[in-house]
Amino acid sequence: MTVSVERGIQTLKEHIDAPVASFFTTCVHCGMCADACLFYTETKDPKYTPIYKLKPMRRLWHQEYTFWGKLAAKLGLSKPVTAAELKEWEELVYDSCTMCGRCSMTCPVGNDIVYMIRKMREGMVAAGFAPEGLKAATKRAITIGSPMGVKLPALKNQIKHIETDTGLTIPVDVNGAEYMALLSSMEIMNFPEYIGAIAKIFHSAGISWTLASDAFEATNSGIQIGSSDLAAELVARVVAAAERLKVAYVISPECGHAYMALRWEGPNLIGRPFSFKVIHILELLDQLRAQNRLPVTGKIKEKLTLHDPCQIVRRGGVVDEPRRLLDMVAADFEEMEDHGVMNWCCGGGGGVSANERASKLKLTAFNRKRHQLEALGVNTLITACANCRITLEEGLEFNNMDVVVLGLAETLAEHLEQQTSSSATTATQ
Amino acid sequence: MVKPASLAEHLECHQVSRRGFLKFCALTTSMMALSPSMMPAVARALEKARRPSVIWLSFQECTGCTESLTRSHSPTIENLILNYLSLDYHHTLQAASGDAAERAREAAMSENYGQYILAVDGSIPVKDGGVYSTIAGVSNLEMLQHTVAGAAAVVAIGSCAAFGGLPHAHPNPTGAVPVQELVHDKPVVNVSGCPPIPVVISGVLAHYLTFGRIPDLDSYGRPLSFFGASIHDRCYRRPYYNKGLFAETFDDEGAKNGWCLFKLGCKGPTTYNACATAKWNQGTSFPIQSGHGCIGCSEPHFWDAGGFYQPLSAGIGSVGTLAGMAVVAGAAAGTAAGRLHQAKRKQAQRQHEKVTVADLEETDS
Amino acid sequence: MTSVELLIWVRGPGLQLSLAAFILGMTYRILQTYFLGRAKNLAEPRGSEWVHGIKTIWWRSFFHPGMTVRGYFTIISGYMFHLGFIVTLLFFDQHIELFKSWTGLSWPALPPIVITVTAVLGIAALVAVLVDRFADPVRYLLSDYQDYLCWTLTVLPLVTGLLLAYKIWLPYTSLLTVHIISFELLLVAIPFTKLSHVFTIFIARWYNGAIAGYRGVQS
Repeated sequence: MTVSVERGIQTLKEHIDAPVASFFTTCVHCGMCADACLFYTETKDPKYTPIYKLKPMRRLWHQEYTFWGKLAAKLGLSKPVTAAELKEWEELVYDSCTMCGRCSMTCPVGNDIVYMIRKMREGMVAAGFAPEGLKAATKRAITIGSPMGVKLPALKNQIKHIETDTGLTIPVDVNGAEYMALLSSMEIMNFPEYIGAIAKIFHSAGISWTLASDAFEATNSGIQIGSSDLAAELVARVVAAAERLKVAYVISPECGHAYMALRWEGPNLIGRPFSFKVIHILELLDQLRAQNRLPVTGKIKEKLTLHDPCQIVRRGGVVDEPRRLLDMVAADFEEMEDHGVMNWCCGGGGGVSANERASKLKLTAFNRKRHQLEALGVNTLITACANCRITLEEGLEFNNMDVVVLGLAETLAEHLEQQTSSSATTATQ
Repeated sequence: MVKPASLAEHLECHQVSRRGFLKFCALTTSMMALSPSMMPAVARALEKARRPSVIWLSFQECTGCTESLTRSHSPTIENLILNYLSLDYHHTLQAASGDAAERAREAAMSENYGQYILAVDGSIPVKDGGVYSTIAGVSNLEMLQHTVAGAAAVVAIGSCAAFGGLPHAHPNPTGAVPVQELVHDKPVVNVSGCPPIPVVISGVLAHYLTFGRIPDLDSYGRPLSFFGASIHDRCYRRPYYNKGLFAETFDDEGAKNGWCLFKLGCKGPTTYNACATAKWNQGTSFPIQSGHGCIGCSEPHFWDAGGFYQPLSAGIGSVGTLAGMAVVAGAAAGTAAGRLHQAKRKQAQRQHEKVTVADLEETDS
Repeated sequence: MTSVELLIWVRGPGLQLSLAAFILGMTYRILQTYFLGRAKNLAEPRGSEWVHGIKTIWWRSFFHPGMTVRGYFTIISGYMFHLGFIVTLLFFDQHIELFKSWTGLSWPALPPIVITVTAVLGIAALVAVLVDRFADPVRYLLSDYQDYLCWTLTVLPLVTGLLLAYKIWLPYTSLLTVHIISFELLLVAIPFTKLSHVFTIFIARWYNGAIAGYRGVQS
């Protein structure tokens, strides 16, 4: 088995379904999706028009799944998809698409373009045309267990620090805990505050939770590179751990595509419904808020705004939760002009941040976010995705912008009311 | 009975005043779309015109055309002109019958060989050797071919002779054809209409008498001067059409207000004739004026051009059956193709080669 | 074939065949797409596919903030063309007579002068989008022969209809024939070109709304 264009085509044939057929049938080449894509708006390069990124797949659909297309292909009137063409499209499908799905929201005929990009990537992987950086990350995810190469000892080391800092025990491998929390490598290495934050909040709310030593990693490079086989393998590890520990919920961390991978793709990847529920940390926190189990004190005085992580908000459906939570701790929360399901991507999602080749383009695309921030004139930016956070910080630094980026969970944890006589019990009992 | 030598004398005999004659000449001149300055020339020519011999053959027809010419309430100049013609053979009008009648035709033909005008009303059946209409044992086809040989020109009177008319309508069981399909070596003038307007017939004959040749024709062989404009263009109800004011039924407010009859099936827009200007019964009225849409009788195939009461913008014939078949065929083919494609997709899924880390080793070439 | 025979043909068999081709093609296209099938979604839904699907079918017809950053040309010309074409097609009394002959249904017409305006607006918008298709790098890149073919097939009924209404250039009979032929060509082309979006737009929007709605997002 080796990758080849034939294998790529064969894979695309598997993935062209009724929605894809209806989208390609309906496209009128109006180009309005370009306006929705930050890679186009910030470069004005027409090749970054979202639907154009699907051109080879569209032709394949036409040749394989339409009457005239099959006829034309038989008569040699339409040329087959070639390796050279896929190679050329690699940049368009990976470097210039974060799978943010904003184009899917604006297409006047209703094409879910990102749904198709996700499928196109399946074919690209099988044909061998995926960016080296993303390949490497995926390899690490499969072989080491984390795209950043974070291993259990590293996590244990961080846990030790956090336990010292907070005075709380971080539960690991607790059988029968209600919640199993997952982390992203980015959080473990760059934003360990998150672990402390959820530990504090869970302790305060009396939630029984645990980490799994063999499945702490939430991110799923398989989803980003676009290989269901590899993605399934990564999801299966989480499922195995959750079933082993008999948890009722698995908490997806502040990471966009992890939520997509577990909550929406997960059961489809492993081919059966989960025996547990997947809940995003923001959903859980919002539930706690509703149950008055999240007492906070003090509000941030400075004007701040919220960056909506695409996979959590637009593609994930967690839209109002972050706003309700933010309102608890923010005195002056102002929305960006395009916000919620219409917010702009940070520019680093969908594997772009793991793809070194795309780093320059990513920074160009960041200008969209820069304009949004400048229009509001804020110095504090809240988000709920570690990947967004690192991309935003990179962009802000590159542009010498004085804006602080904070994770929502840790912001809430900071404002958590110190409980003197807590009735809550620790999960480790 | 000795017939007068010239048309002027003939008219005089019938107490048609000089003033009446000139009026007719002026009308004919204008109907033939000639410059008014031509009127004296027309009058002079008609005054001097000699009686041409006319042989009138009636084939598959209903005598409506002859009725149109002869059954006017009072004698008209058109009628008199017809009378003036040396009508040597005409089934309906001649006194002779049987062999005598046929002999009269033979005699006229030989006396005026190469000079006579052949008037034809009715279409000619050609199927099965033309057996579907015979006169004195001679098929119409044979009689036409025989008679046309010595004619100077042929005037096909009425839509049957001009375009096949009712006998030619689908499914045309007798294989009826119009004159122009059989006569190629003689000038043929089509005076279409079911029936044609009398003044058009006389006008064509007047033109022939005046200029010794047939008038300018449109692409259907009809005199341009009478068939150059559509009923619609000359219709007094046209302003209502332009405003979108239509009678929806024959007795609604719109009908009473004299609004456009398009929705009631009026074929005026695609019909070329002089009805709206020449009118019928000495200029009394024409169908649209009496509240009925034009049925397009002077156009070829007007029997097959859809229902008389179907608007021009509606299709001809019902679409229900074909549409139903299309749905069934489309559904069957679509389902089959969709299922086939699904099978192809599932097949590709079965043949799926699992992507492993090893596949990521490969570097782009 | 004479012009009268041609008119009879286009009003009769031509219209029937093109309508049949249109119905057959569209049914074929829709079912072919549908039966390609899609995998059952095993994730626990957060919203109803049907509710969100139907909502998206409706709401995607309207402009919402954030749809464009380049200006309103596409949106204005898009609405102008579609409304101009649809109003001209559905609210001219002679067209209503055609639909009545097919379906038995009829509805009030707009005055001819209004139809003239909608047709002219439709043509103007089509000309504008054609110029833009060449001028705008995005649209130029996306365009293939089919876009220009569809443009031509769409503009022809409007242009010939206007010529017919005002009897410009050719006799009524010929113009009516040309106008009906242009309509028939459009009918036949719809199922087999991007023009099929007149129907498949409902499917595409439904899927879009359903996919997002399943996750609790109104797309």
